[in-house]
Amino acid sequence: MTLPPFQTLLDQHQADVYRLLVRVVGPVDADDCFQETFIAALRAYPTLKDASNLRAWLLTIANRKAVDHHRGRARAPMTVGDMRELDESVAPAAIPDGDVWASVRKLPPKQSMAVAHRYANDLAYRDIGRILGCTEAAARRNVHEGLKRLRQEYVK
Amino acid sequence: MTSIESRLRRRDDEVAATERAARAFRERAAREELIDIAYGWVDTPVGRMLAAATDEGLLRLGFESERVDVTLAELARKVSPRILQDERRLEKIRRQLGEYFEGRRKVFDMPLDRSLMHGFHRQVLDATERIPYGAVSTYREVAERAGNARASRAAGNALGSNPIPIVIPCHRVLRTGGGLGGYGGGLDRKQLLLQLEGVGL
Repeated sequence: MTLPPFQTLLDQHQADVYRLLVRVVGPVDADDCFQETFIAALRAYPTLKDASNLRAWLLTIANRKAVDHHRGRARAPMTVGDMRELDESVAPAAIPDGDVWASVRKLPPKQSMAVAHRYANDLAYRDIGRILGCTEAAARRNVHEGLKRLRQEYVK
Repeated sequence: MTSIESRLRRRDDEVAATERAARAFRERAAREELIDIAYGWVDTPVGRMLAAATDEGLLRLGFESERVDVTLAELARKVSPRILQDERRLEKIRRQLGEYFEGRRKVFDMPLDRSLMHGFHRQVLDATERIPYGAVSTYREVAERAGNARASRAAGNALGSNPIPIVIPCHRVLRTGGGLGGYGGGLDRKQLLLQLEGVGL
């Protein structure tokens, strides 16, 4: 099996990975999670068995890093660094419609990630299922449940 | 009223932020020694050259007449796919090539990674490396020094696939009788390099 040079992966998929992360972990922590994602990918790369969908592979790693990040957040007490996130004015990269995405981040984890993959990167439900480790139908359900909650919050 | 879906689909120009994150990643990959092959570009009077190095040394130099994607794909297949653009590992070759083209350097002094050279080809390239600046040899002579005087055609093939041209000076090998022979980077470049070294043709 031939793997393309890692730089090619970076060039082709860095925008998708960043677009996802900046929405699901917020602009302050997106850079960190981006680094974690690509460092983990680079470590594992030479032993990768299936190179048929490298985009999905990278987004799976990014998904894991985002979930890890949220878990770390839930355990750790609020620090000064975290407080910065509350102040949108210091955010290094603004997310379009940041308040909607702040609400997405408060959804149950599976719904939140499913919505993010669907709307940040236009992923097919089948790919979202692959990344979240569930069926295509479950991925679709998670997106719809998430949207329903968001609508209750925003469309009154 | 804008729908939730269209608000979620909204995109801004996130290129600058993405580039910044990617740069930080590459710096960290270099720090953590996860880059097996670092590559970058060196501007020279014979055109922009691709340079690639492992931590062992210079692995590959390519003229711009080669396709970069093909060259990098070949390195991924034959050496390692952990390839990233990183200019810092290329400072030595950049400086020495600069000095060479200014006529201030006659001998390259840097470690080479010879993992793309094998068997007889490698012996031919080793023999070629010993041809001094400003001197020339023939396909027959390098074949002989590589251990097989009758293999001048094979020697020509070896030189044609020289992974580190200029540093391994295959441009100094000519046809018996003085004909230019061939050159991977094109005969114009071969002629230019020989002129630079003061070889009259």
